[in-house]
Amino acid sequence: MPNLMLTRRAALLGAAALGLGAALPTGARAATAAQAESLVRNLVAEINRVIASGKSVSSMIRDFEGIFRRYADLPTIAAYALGADGRRASAAQKKAFTDAFSGYIARKYGKRFHEFIGGRLEVTGSRPIRNAFEVVTTAYLRGEAPFEVSFHIGQNSGRMFNMFIEGVNMLLTERSEIGALLDRNRGDIDAMIAQLRKTG
Amino acid sequence: MRAATAFFPLVLAAALAGCSVPGPGEAPDGVWDPNEAANRRVHEFNLAVDRTLISGAGDATQAVPPEVQQMVVNFADTVSLPKTVVNQVLQVRLGRAARNTLRFAVNATLGLGGLFDLAKDIGLPQDESTFGETLYVWGLPEGGYVVLPVFGPSTERDSVGRAVDLFLNPLDYVLTPVQRRWKTGSVVTAKVIDRARYEGAVDSVLYESIDSYSQLRLIYLQNSRFDLGDTTEADGDAYIDPDAIDTEGF
Repeated sequence: MPNLMLTRRAALLGAAALGLGAALPTGARAATAAQAESLVRNLVAEINRVIASGKSVSSMIRDFEGIFRRYADLPTIAAYALGADGRRASAAQKKAFTDAFSGYIARKYGKRFHEFIGGRLEVTGSRPIRNAFEVVTTAYLRGEAPFEVSFHIGQNSGRMFNMFIEGVNMLLTERSEIGALLDRNRGDIDAMIAQLRKTG
Repeated sequence: MRAATAFFPLVLAAALAGCSVPGPGEAPDGVWDPNEAANRRVHEFNLAVDRTLISGAGDATQAVPPEVQQMVVNFADTVSLPKTVVNQVLQVRLGRAARNTLRFAVNATLGLGGLFDLAKDIGLPQDESTFGETLYVWGLPEGGYVVLPVFGPSTERDSVGRAVDLFLNPLDYVLTPVQRRWKTGSVVTAKVIDRARYEGAVDSVLYESIDSYSQLRLIYLQNSRFDLGDTTEADGDAYIDPDAIDTEGF
């Protein structure tokens, strides 16, 4: 199964990426590509500290969710993940979904964190794409050929809203999962949110 | 490139007949899966094979020292290199074909028959290619998504490529039957070793996803297009505009 390697990378790097969403403090703007780049660089260092801390998986997940909540463009990511079904969601459902989604992401990717030990991400460049900056990094994991991970940071939000691991788009992947969970619950948004809280 | 097509007119004709092209709106998010119901059944079969055979075999390989496992993986890569070189010649990527020829020469000799990857250390890293990639270079459409029994995710174009690759390794024509069995055995074992090595992450996609079929399909399609440098197959481009998303209330 030659595709196994990439599935590992996808699962693995989601963790770092979401941490890297901690690109900018609340309300800040990434005015230049160089700023977006240096922020990704700082975050790489922060993430590495969490990984190197040797904490338990559950406490890493907590650290990670804190970072994710503070810095990633959570409303954008959650709204995209819920997709067209978001239009029929009530305000309370949207809030509950965003909250459940952030916990789900933290658990799902946090579990993969320990596989990161000894690895590193290096920023190799950046470029503006329409209303975002793409920061391209190379991931070096132990015993594996280097591969590309890129991050999209919104120029207006100054936060990470999407990432690509060797071309695999996180927003698309997570929207597909949420759609499947909604189908499994026959379109019942409340039931889907309840199950999401136990998933990952 | 055009001259190369003359070598395999029959293959090309067969492939063209086999690679379907989605109509407008038939490939949301770049996914064209006209036989989804059948594919899902094969996916379930593959999961059963993985649970009962491959996963267990992988656990067994973990009893083997990592150095020995790496030798198997290196050997499998070395015996596959001639196939890569043939494909890169067909793609008229002569520089890469030459580097891989050198890589093969170094690893097959100084690397003791391919057990050690010395070429990597002198600036000749692994660079694999397949006939599926050759068909891409020749301009064939990707075709629908296909799940192959045991082998897993593929496309119509990639499936044709896999079949042709079976006959494309020059080594097969010079090795004895016994040597060929060692070659094939090493390639299969290397897959099992990889499965075990990345167990946590692979399991998370195959067994912890809400819909493992859709996850694998998205991951496979996007990653193979990325590897090929193909930006034409996806519906539109991959950029998602953050300011176009209605975040009211989230």
